[in-house]
Amino acid sequence: MIPGSFDYHRPRTLEEAVSLLASLGEESRVVAGGHSLIPMMKLRMALPEHLVDLQDVAELKGIRIDGSQITIGAMTTQAEMIASAELARLCPILRETALQIADPQIRSLGTVGGNVANGDPGNDLPGLMQALDARYLLRGPGGERELPARAFYEGPFTTALDPGEVLAAVRIAAPAAGHGWAYEKQKRKIGDYATAAAAVLLELEGGTCRKASIALTNVGDTPLLAEAAGRALVGTAVDAAAVKAAAEAAKAIAAPAEDGRGPRAFRVHLTDVMVTRAVEKARSRAS
Amino acid sequence: MTVQTPVSLEERKDKLQGLGCSRKRVEDARFTQGKGHYVDDIKLPGMLFGDFVRSPIGHGRIKSINKEAALAVPGVKAVLTADDLRPLGLHWMPTLAGDVQAVLADEKVLFQNQEVAFVVAEDRYAAADAVELVEVDYEELPPLVDPHRSMDPDAPILREDIKDKTEGAHGPRRHPNHIFTWEVGDKAATEQALAAAAVVVEEQITYQRVHPCPLETCGCVASMDKINGKLTIWGTFQAPHAVRTVASLITNIPEHNIRIISPDIGGGFGNKVGVYPGYICSAVASIVLGVPVKWIEDRMENLSTTAFARDYHMTGRIAATPEGRITGLWCHVLADHGAFDACADPTKFPAGFFNICTGSYDVPVAYVSVDGVYTNKAPGGVAYRCSFRVTEASYFIERMIDVLARKLDRDPAEIRMINFIRKEQFPYQSALGWEYDSGDYHTALAKALKSVDYDGLRARQKASREAFKRGETRKLMGVGVAFFTEIVGAGPVKNCDILGLGMFDSCEIRIHPTGSAIARLGTISQGQGHATTFAQILASEIGIPAADITLEEGDTDTAPYGLGTYGSRSTPVAGAATAMAGRKIRAKAQMIAAYLLEVHEGDLEWEVDRFQVKGNPERFKTMKELAFAAYNQAIPGLEPGLEAVSYYDPPNMTYPFGAYLCVVQIDVDTGVTEIERFYALDDCGTRINPMIIEGQVHGGLTEALAIAMGQEISYDADGNVHGGSLMDFFLPTAVETPAWETDWTETPSPHHPIGAKGVGESPNVGGVSAFSNAVNDAFAHLGLTHTQMPHDHWRVWQTAQRLGVTG
Ligand SMILES: Cc1cc2nc3c(=O)[nH]c(=O)nc-3n(C[C@H](O)[C@H](O)[C@H](O)COP(=O)(O)OP(=O)(O)OC[C@H]3O[C@@H](n4cnc5c(N)ncnc54)[C@H](O)[C@@H]3O)c2cc1C
Repeated sequence: MIPGSFDYHRPRTLEEAVSLLASLGEESRVVAGGHSLIPMMKLRMALPEHLVDLQDVAELKGIRIDGSQITIGAMTTQAEMIASAELARLCPILRETALQIADPQIRSLGTVGGNVANGDPGNDLPGLMQALDARYLLRGPGGERELPARAFYEGPFTTALDPGEVLAAVRIAAPAAGHGWAYEKQKRKIGDYATAAAAVLLELEGGTCRKASIALTNVGDTPLLAEAAGRALVGTAVDAAAVKAAAEAAKAIAAPAEDGRGPRAFRVHLTDVMVTRAVEKARSRAS
Repeated sequence: MTVQTPVSLEERKDKLQGLGCSRKRVEDARFTQGKGHYVDDIKLPGMLFGDFVRSPIGHGRIKSINKEAALAVPGVKAVLTADDLRPLGLHWMPTLAGDVQAVLADEKVLFQNQEVAFVVAEDRYAAADAVELVEVDYEELPPLVDPHRSMDPDAPILREDIKDKTEGAHGPRRHPNHIFTWEVGDKAATEQALAAAAVVVEEQITYQRVHPCPLETCGCVASMDKINGKLTIWGTFQAPHAVRTVASLITNIPEHNIRIISPDIGGGFGNKVGVYPGYICSAVASIVLGVPVKWIEDRMENLSTTAFARDYHMTGRIAATPEGRITGLWCHVLADHGAFDACADPTKFPAGFFNICTGSYDVPVAYVSVDGVYTNKAPGGVAYRCSFRVTEASYFIERMIDVLARKLDRDPAEIRMINFIRKEQFPYQSALGWEYDSGDYHTALAKALKSVDYDGLRARQKASREAFKRGETRKLMGVGVAFFTEIVGAGPVKNCDILGLGMFDSCEIRIHPTGSAIARLGTISQGQGHATTFAQILASEIGIPAADITLEEGDTDTAPYGLGTYGSRSTPVAGAATAMAGRKIRAKAQMIAAYLLEVHEGDLEWEVDRFQVKGNPERFKTMKELAFAAYNQAIPGLEPGLEAVSYYDPPNMTYPFGAYLCVVQIDVDTGVTEIERFYALDDCGTRINPMIIEGQVHGGLTEALAIAMGQEISYDADGNVHGGSLMDFFLPTAVETPAWETDWTETPSPHHPIGAKGVGESPNVGGVSAFSNAVNDAFAHLGLTHTQMPHDHWRVWQTAQRLGVTG
């Protein structure tokens, strides 16, 4: 449980960070809150030669709201996201989800950027970002680009992030006022990743669902956007039959691994239960 | 003339903070301020660090080991392998169970993470880097994971070192992977009772492999002083004197030249009883290199290599009358001991005190047999917060009683009441050979049932089942009743020893001239609060305030010889020694008082903190005065000084008991079990410090919750260990832990000097059954008799699914 040796760098600006990464080459990694990377280094599953610590890069911190556009700096901690009253008002599912990440100690160091850039299918925010159709602002040696979260995750711990690129911020268009939301997660205990979890956002108009998106956490190699499940709700009154259809559709794409959280069949079944409960809760919150 | 305000008897008593006082723990001032001093806090000049190269596979032959690259890492001083230990005869070591264990793998590896080489370096980082660079070439062999397959004719032979030995430490071996068969009771009479019975129930009950998982892992610092030839080892030892004797026997270093020190210990729960390769390797490295060597396990090493617990696969049969009176009990256990038999049990008891499995019931005939077998798993089999195999036994009988109740369609509390040993039967001779000292089971269970409104709970359960049927709820309510009898305080030297060391214990007291004292014991606290409670025993015995008594344990150069702390033995054995030593002090003080007061000894009586003349209580000498006189006044016929030692060999074990009730709500769709209520009534005999008892009960119940609801160290078919980190091994946090309700009755032990029985382990022993019975009870109306632990989400869901109640 002791990491291999590495050099430590602490840039003060994003530009400096990006040029450090470019000059240090492939064996360099950025470290944010360290709560995914350092455990992996202790297990020697990650052996970076250079760590570029982003904690002094002020421009990566903070939450900015511009009308319905939300921008969360990558180095904003999960705890800061939870504490933001404005986020809780505009997009309450962020807070509901973040409160189910790990435990308070971890959330006070773990960052939003680290959570979404990590690429671990167990992380909760990537699934949520699928449902929210968030966009990631990436900064590399060649400049800035924006990528939809839905195109970011390629496999376990592999993402569309190019070598030398830093994730600078997460951008979210706030869902319409009166929307319903829920993040339902089952875990074995505090500090555990999901056995199965589901994020649901929906909008009702005169009792009929006009928009819905559903995404799943930790039941596949990547976070899963359950498109068919969302479609199953649109145009319905989100009645029992529609909920069932959505849950079935979500279940159909779940492909969890068997691990200490249970065999595959259980986690597939639980996907159904989490989606059912999240949809019902979201509907009850929508106006 | 000065007028003294008379001090009342009550005030004098209160000042002592003796028996029955919820005195605050004196240890906590340092623990709560981070000022504890644990083995990893020890830093000695020139100290080096050791780290292990471990086997990545479960079973294989070592073809070669190449140390060169590791030795080239800057700061690396040595890399030891079995070949380096062989000339010293230390490549194997004796286990506590009469087997031998490889210190460093000798030609073969037998479990994943087994110790293969020991790297010694200037710091932990260099050692860890070098560990990665030791190249070991393995030839993989088929792993043997399922204990039920161990004795198959075609099973791979694990222990080639003893494959031809037909006689083991505990009798004949039938197969190279067989360790022992242990039989107790009357086989023929039991089989006859089963054949003749109107009712017979049978069940397969597995108690899964778990791990004590103390917060502090195992470790040591070994320091050989080449000038005076003295080897000092600081370590996480639950039995420092036993470690000293064993170390002397295996190294040939004379015992006076070995000093073992247990500093503060962050929990043991049985994990720190055994002798581990890390201790031997550190000692050898220090002897060879002439500087201190530290070895500290990390969490994964702790969970996957040092002493697991349980792994008992039990088959039970109960014979009974149609009214539910038990007429016989039969049990067979297949015990998975892993790759070496390193169980920590008294020598004559290879399955510990498993023959306490008749529990709290008046069972006329019984028979138990236990087969110990080898598998490609880590060795161990320690008593995880219980006396030797008592939790297994208690779990077995408490599940079996419920199975019987189910079969007869009777209430589980009622079946217990019908079969309890009655109060007037004590001392009670059990069918499997124990003499229960005292008990009043009916009163305890009746009090428990009343406290929780048991009838009300059953009525609520009935209503909730009907609501479930109507589709109004997806939750099933379960009520778990468990009653346990422990057997603790090992033990009488006539039948209890470990490696030939008798299991007495000791206390040595010195009273200082100004009336304060120091007491030293052969035990060692790992969080139990000995410094607090043993001072209370003494305070009541000798009339010196507990606050004026220093208590020391754990240094073999200063403490009297004793067998350490595990199996709830400290209060029953060392606590008895403490009271007895106190009585010797008092006897001498009485002689001094008689001289000073110019009366005959027989004319004096003891009252709280003084001797007073019978019928004339104004004439008295306090213990404080007597202490001063003992040192400073010439008293004809008496040596100066006031000291005493007691080595206490208990005449019998003690038998704490209790009644636990647990109410659960199970969500059949998610498998999530919510603990709605948990009530624990404990009878540990005389209560020394009620607050500490409550703390012990809270801690033990939390461990019981962990075991019943989630803990498991499992192995896959390839011999890979799972559950070896705290991500997977369930250690509950405050969030998962319910509120505990505690209660008590008090039935003193008739043979213990102060009537105390020990309590530290009761909640683990009784708790596991209560949780498990509650989960089983939730499904009982659907026909379930038994479902295996741990009752984690997926297993509970599978049970619900099997019974057809999932959506
Ligand atoms: C016990 C425990 C339980 C946990 N439980 C949960 C849980 O239930 N749910 C959950 O979602 N998470 C959980 N986590 C993970 C936690 O949320 C981490 O904080 C998070 O995954 C990573 O964020 P970080 O800031 O700590 O990133 P780090 O660990 O510093 O980095 C993680 C990875 O992302 C990269 N990275 C970080 N920031 C950037 C950036 N700005 N640009 C590009 N790459 C970047 C790093 O190079 C690294 O590869 C748990 C962690 C622990 C230790």
